[in-house]
Amino acid sequence: MTSVSPLSPTVEEVGSVVWARRRRAVGDFWRLYRHDREGMLGLIVMGLIILVAIFAPVLADANGLSVIHATGKPIEPPSATYWLGTDFYGRPILTLIIWGSRISLIVGLAATVISMILGTFLGIFAGHFPGWKGGAFNKLTDWFLVIPFLPLAIALASIFGTKVPRLLAVIIVIGITSWPGTARLVRAQTLTVEARPYLERAKALGGGHWHQVTRHVLPNVMPLVLANTTLTVSVAILAETTLAFLGLGDPLHASWGTILHQAYAQDAISNGAWWWVVFPGLGVVLVVRAFNMVGRALERVLDPRLRERS
Amino acid sequence: MTSPAETTDTPQAPDPLLRQPSQTGVNRGRRRTLPLKYILNKTFSALVLLLFVTIFNFFLFRIMPGDPAKTFAPRGRNDNPEALIAMRKRLGEGKPLYEKFFLYMQNLFKGNLETSYSQHQSVASAIGDRIWPTVLLSGTALVISVLVGLWLGTRSGWRHGSRFDRMASGSALTWYSVPEWWFGLILIIIFASKSGLGIFPIAGYSDPNSSLPHFLDVANHMVLPVIALSVVYIAQYSLIMRSSIIDERYAEYLATARAKGLRDDQVMKKHAVPNALLPSVTLFFLSLGFVVSGAITIETVFNWPGLGLLSEQALSGPDYPLLEGIFLVFSAAVIVMNLIADLIYPLIDPRVRAA
Repeated sequence: MTSVSPLSPTVEEVGSVVWARRRRAVGDFWRLYRHDREGMLGLIVMGLIILVAIFAPVLADANGLSVIHATGKPIEPPSATYWLGTDFYGRPILTLIIWGSRISLIVGLAATVISMILGTFLGIFAGHFPGWKGGAFNKLTDWFLVIPFLPLAIALASIFGTKVPRLLAVIIVIGITSWPGTARLVRAQTLTVEARPYLERAKALGGGHWHQVTRHVLPNVMPLVLANTTLTVSVAILAETTLAFLGLGDPLHASWGTILHQAYAQDAISNGAWWWVVFPGLGVVLVVRAFNMVGRALERVLDPRLRERS
Repeated sequence: MTSPAETTDTPQAPDPLLRQPSQTGVNRGRRRTLPLKYILNKTFSALVLLLFVTIFNFFLFRIMPGDPAKTFAPRGRNDNPEALIAMRKRLGEGKPLYEKFFLYMQNLFKGNLETSYSQHQSVASAIGDRIWPTVLLSGTALVISVLVGLWLGTRSGWRHGSRFDRMASGSALTWYSVPEWWFGLILIIIFASKSGLGIFPIAGYSDPNSSLPHFLDVANHMVLPVIALSVVYIAQYSLIMRSSIIDERYAEYLATARAKGLRDDQVMKKHAVPNALLPSVTLFFLSLGFVVSGAITIETVFNWPGLGLLSEQALSGPDYPLLEGIFLVFSAAVIVMNLIADLIYPLIDPRVRAA
């Protein structure tokens, strides 16, 4: 039997207070976000593209992806039947783009998850532990920030590519090359949280590192990580497109970058097949810009310092 | 009982994202020399970083792929058994890890980076041949984008919220989302291909049949790749310059300058711009390091015979010795430029010197 004094709140009561506070915070957040025109536009475009990716089987026949069952003539310009033209094998570009959005988004999101987990973990560690332990992690972040991204990604992809499936290799490579920026941000935020009185209180009451980090540091760091995540997705999608263009993508699961790689390799330009290059690229620009807009809007809403800006 | 007001008064750690307040008043004597300790410190950490990159490189290319003799001479490309034995010996096959690493460092110091089988020459000379076209291409793009980017950023930051600003910042953000190599392809379609305007060469460094003098011919080949490369850099510089101009816009010393009766234009040029330039200077030195690696995709698209195209060629195979060498050169370039930036920055920003 546990005896609870009538004055001190029970665990459930504290829990409900916390939940009410969080619900209110989300409500406040949404009210601010809704008035950010750029953010709302980005959110709508982002939602549409995600819907296209989810409903790809409904929107375009998967047979259109097959080289053997291609219905059109090779490199046909845009027409009423093939809105965006066809590629070298006679496959409709529109079908390729719709199905490619799945791969581009999956790679972008999965790589971001890896990058976020690594970045948040290392950033909090570097910020929370004073002295040489945190310092060592901070140095590690500095070092990885310096190594140029594309050469590192190419080197990693060429080595991983032989051991694991191509798509997974690309996800891992982008994930482990893009975490330092997040780690930097998280560390800075952790340091400001560490200096707050409530953390001193938690320490004084005997809260361990686990308690301090999960109950105080993490909830305060997460909103910025969220904004950063959206920005990282756009960077990851760009990175995937570039790696795929250089021929490191998975030819069996064509992303937008892979389509562009094939177009380049099959000499689409000297064959005058501009539609094969232009439309997949526009898709990339659109989705990256949308994620960018949402990420920037999140930053504006969450970071009062930026709010008075622009 | 502590009142809530007391707890909020507790001093908080300075937010590292915020710039420190100016401390120039404390350090009035304008020393232009750096303390030796600072120089040694920065040089030492650059050397440690270089060591880290070589160790990383060692594990990446020599340990992870398994049998290095196989990755360094794959698919029977090196079927001379004696050469294979000699290579295994050079790589320290069958020896403990630290001896392998020692051998690797020894070879590295001698500049012996094995042989590239796709280029049929030593890795060091393959890189040496290709480095200048890259420096020429990316250097030109960098200079152009610094000039244009700073101008755009200053103009839109000074009148932020104006129509010019909204257009410039909006398009800078869009350019930020454009893969530069895709933009390069579009440029080729419009300006170089037969179905397009056909006024610029499609690809390459020079044309042996051209009637133009050599340097003009090269310049003609450079136009499109330089534009494609610059656009992304311009977006970067203008965004950074814009936000630092906005930071300075309401500083008190500008009010003083206006009170003196300076015209708006003079206030901007003589007072705001020099102070707002500092973050761009850092960015400039950082991007100097990326000059060698930034052009990988553009060189591929335009078939420009530099290090970027070399890396793309090394990928088919893949030619591990060459990839290893290029990776080392790219990383070393960034580290050296970072060091230079670290050493120059305190000379131009007294706040860093005082800290």
